[in-house]
Amino acid sequence: MSEMWTAKLRTKWQKELPIEKLLPDDQPAYVASWIYVFGVLTLSALAMIIASGIVLAFEGPAWYHTSDAGKFTNSMHFWSVQLFFVFMVIHLWGKFWMAAWRGNRFRTWATGAVAFISSIATAFTGYLVQTNFDSQWISFEAKDGFNSMGVGAFFNVTNLGQMLLLHVAFLPLILGVLTVVHVLMVRKRGVVPPIDAEPALSNRGPQ
Amino acid sequence: MSISKESKHAFDAAPWSGKTKRYDIVKEGTIALAVVAIFALFLSLLMGSPDETPLTFKGWAVSNPDNFYATTVQELAGTSGTATYGAPYNKGAEGLNVGPLWPQKWMGVTHPIDSVNDFVISPLSTQVMSTEIASAVATWKAAPDTQKQDWATAYDDAITKVEGKISDVPAGAYGPVPALAQGLTDMAKGGALDAALLSQGGFFQTDNTKQILFFGDGSYLDDAGTAANLQGGTWGMMNETGRYPGQAWLWLYSFWYQIPPFNNEESKPIGANADLYIMVLMGVMSAGLIFIPFIPGVKNLPMRIPIHRGIWRQYYDENGIKRRKK
Repeated sequence: MSEMWTAKLRTKWQKELPIEKLLPDDQPAYVASWIYVFGVLTLSALAMIIASGIVLAFEGPAWYHTSDAGKFTNSMHFWSVQLFFVFMVIHLWGKFWMAAWRGNRFRTWATGAVAFISSIATAFTGYLVQTNFDSQWISFEAKDGFNSMGVGAFFNVTNLGQMLLLHVAFLPLILGVLTVVHVLMVRKRGVVPPIDAEPALSNRGPQ
Repeated sequence: MSISKESKHAFDAAPWSGKTKRYDIVKEGTIALAVVAIFALFLSLLMGSPDETPLTFKGWAVSNPDNFYATTVQELAGTSGTATYGAPYNKGAEGLNVGPLWPQKWMGVTHPIDSVNDFVISPLSTQVMSTEIASAVATWKAAPDTQKQDWATAYDDAITKVEGKISDVPAGAYGPVPALAQGLTDMAKGGALDAALLSQGGFFQTDNTKQILFFGDGSYLDDAGTAANLQGGTWGMMNETGRYPGQAWLWLYSFWYQIPPFNNEESKPIGANADLYIMVLMGVMSAGLIFIPFIPGVKNLPMRIPIHRGIWRQYYDENGIKRRKK
């Protein structure tokens, strides 16, 4: 039984990320700043982006040009993206000034940083599939950078079909996986203790 | 109190065993989602979202027929931006390089574009043509390549000499080129070129590369970009049409295009290859972001600049913890 891959995975999961860590009902008392809110706000904005994006996907990229409901849904998508980046950048700066990679948390930092970069790529393809003047302009201008790297051979920003598929399928999948892994790592490792924290003070047990 | 580096690391890595407080993660997530939804709803209802109508070839040919006509001649003469671009469209140029690295050239022609046939002859051939245009197409197709080049180059040069004013071009040995250019201009004015460029005689098509590139060869798209404050030299990559926020998160990428030597195409090797240098630079900086925890100096900034004293003020105050000297 213990040799089964499934059993090994379950044992490892239960050891490293028990349900009490995944869905905690308490947290360190030092978590007492508004800066902590921006992580969950980023996740919430991402949820809004996905929800509005799914509605847009059902109706197609040109729907919002001709429909009031489409225009509203597109606006929700657009502003959720703007909020997402505002929250994420504040979250990122907050974590930098906390040196949140301390205590074996490099992978938490790295998955967050890669998720940030992936978000830029995902949003960029979104701007390319607006099917308006802006997407004409951006695709013409952006092609030179990608072509100069040789990336244009397989990532053609002037190909609406390719950009649309990447925007609604591949890139959200990458971003989604990174986000889930990032959040699980936060839950596993816990929130980094304050810089200058006194170890002696933390040995008193929960109070 | 002095703590060794190892002890500090072990302390930071260990599960927190000090003072805790109640935390309802599900409630927090629900409230956050509601707050964001209200914000997005408010902004959507108040501001809407950008939707500037796309440009069309009809709009170009009607508003500036001389420029469209002259661009068509450039496509035939092989002097347009697309015809002289290089990979991945053709072999019109070597592409950009950083030192011995020529990634653009190395990846080769993966999206072949023949500006003569794809932009001019094939779209014209999809139409019911007048006798004059049909004859011009037939003459062009039957002529040897050197003859075609001579006609188109002579006409392209003549248009350049009169600064693009087609009515001032003197008579010359231009063969069928004027008729072809006029035929395509008329086709664009009628609105048929947009679809013909996309479909290239087929049915299903989702690749707008040929349309976008042809647009970029003339002044119509460029002028519209300038009018909308979208040019790269003026932070345009961050901008959006109208009064909407654009991709502000591209500020660092856009920044490099504002300063020398990147903003000077005459400056070799960096300015002349700015697109590639900036992409490489941004790649290095992106890697730098990921690996900040290992970069000497940068990784210590949070300890040296005491912004953390504000973040964890309550903890420091309650426990009377002073800042340690770094």
